[in-house]
Amino acid sequence: MATNERSAVMDEAAVNRAVARMAREIIERNGGTEGLVLMGIHRRGTQIAALLRSEIEKAEGVRVPVGSIDITLYRDDLMQVGPKPVVGGSDLPLSGIDDEKIVIVDDVLYTGRTIRAAMNELMDWGRPAQIHLCVLVDRDGRELPIQADVVGRHVEVLRGQQVEVLVPGLDGRLGVDLVTIRREDA
Amino acid sequence: MTTAEPPLGKDLIGLEPLSREQILSILDTAEPFKEISERRIKKVPVLRGKTIVNLFFEPSTRTRVSFEFAEKRLSADTVNIAASGSSVSKGETLVDTARNLEAMRIDMVVIRHGASGAAGFLAERIPSNVINAGDGSHEHPTQGLLDLLTIRDHRGSIEGLKVCIVGDVLHSRVARSNIYGLLKLGAEVAVCGPPTLVPRSFAELGVSVFHRVEEAIEWADVLNVLRLQLERMQAGYVPSLREYNRIWGISTERLERAPRDILVLHPGPMNRGVEIDSDVADGPHSVILNQVTNGVAVRMAVLYLLAGGAPERAEAAKHGGEA
Repeated sequence: MATNERSAVMDEAAVNRAVARMAREIIERNGGTEGLVLMGIHRRGTQIAALLRSEIEKAEGVRVPVGSIDITLYRDDLMQVGPKPVVGGSDLPLSGIDDEKIVIVDDVLYTGRTIRAAMNELMDWGRPAQIHLCVLVDRDGRELPIQADVVGRHVEVLRGQQVEVLVPGLDGRLGVDLVTIRREDA
Repeated sequence: MTTAEPPLGKDLIGLEPLSREQILSILDTAEPFKEISERRIKKVPVLRGKTIVNLFFEPSTRTRVSFEFAEKRLSADTVNIAASGSSVSKGETLVDTARNLEAMRIDMVVIRHGASGAAGFLAERIPSNVINAGDGSHEHPTQGLLDLLTIRDHRGSIEGLKVCIVGDVLHSRVARSNIYGLLKLGAEVAVCGPPTLVPRSFAELGVSVFHRVEEAIEWADVLNVLRLQLERMQAGYVPSLREYNRIWGISTERLERAPRDILVLHPGPMNRGVEIDSDVADGPHSVILNQVTNGVAVRMAVLYLLAGGAPERAEAAKHGGEA
């Protein structure tokens, strides 16, 4: 029996404040919303991208295009983990991504492998003018030289812990939790 | 993360041994693969480095090309071998051909063979994944799956639908794969055709038998019209093509009498004016070209699920062990 200990790192208000700041940073980095496209990574990244879009709309009065990427077919570990039976499917903005300023949005940046896969997939779709990376939670443990441009919060995660981003559409609430996984044999 | 059971196991030999859940998982996996063929760069890297041999002992254009597109769009390396012009025509046995290919370190074999059971026979003897692309009059599972996907696309669900397979059911692997798949997904299935080609014994599979096409059209939501192999006429199963068309052919006139909006499928290649009239094939009921498009997506899904399906078993088999 494993009893997991869960503690809140960010509550709903904290996530909303972080997202509002991240939205402003995205606008500032891109000098406005011209050509901006948010690409959320399936599934929680897509939800964070939707939050960012409504914050950008509040600040600038513009609804920027939002798409989503499922990186399943670009993973480098199919043979280790076996296939996910159902692939989520990717959803490209109708305008395409050629010459656009893409912002990849994900919930947690950890090893960097997901972002590597997402960038490869984007490159197969077209030739964006630039790609930025925006994550709600940044944690240590990178295995590739990838860093985020816009970060909600950096979280220290110890061995045996994991960080979980919760979104209303999937988890019933908005927040970030730190979960300590306790095993009796540990 | 849960460590899921391999969704399909090592091989795809037929729909008969699959569970309802396995069939649905292939259909659901095929959905996102449809979109890849609509991209400008129609390629994802998921099977990069895999070598696949398409071993076709019988002529085939649609199925072979469809498999080849599916393989290439998943970035696999492919080789096509046709029986004529290969060592097969020099008398090499199936197992020897396959073992020689294995010796060149392949990962998967897609096989089309005239003998029922050939794909299963091969699957038991080589560690590579084997996909049946049609074996004699046994099964043609990817055709069955693409038919299921096309029906589901147009009717939302298979459950409760009435599907009638019309034509040369006796010799048809497509009919068998359809029957197994449709029944598992909860459809009512009937077969219809001349008594010489639709034996009553099919009722044992759990399907109804019609001997008048008008009755079938009256009953069905979906018609899957099979190709009439022209050899059947020489063999005496049907008196003449013209008579077959007059009695069994699917015409607009017959479809107009249907009490509901009927969907018409055909696995190809069509004999226009024999089992199906041109105005039906090109008309509003027909989803024949949707079937072809779906064929690529379904085969991509099967390749994807098998390639990563049983890593431990595949590894163990490569080292000569059992797993």
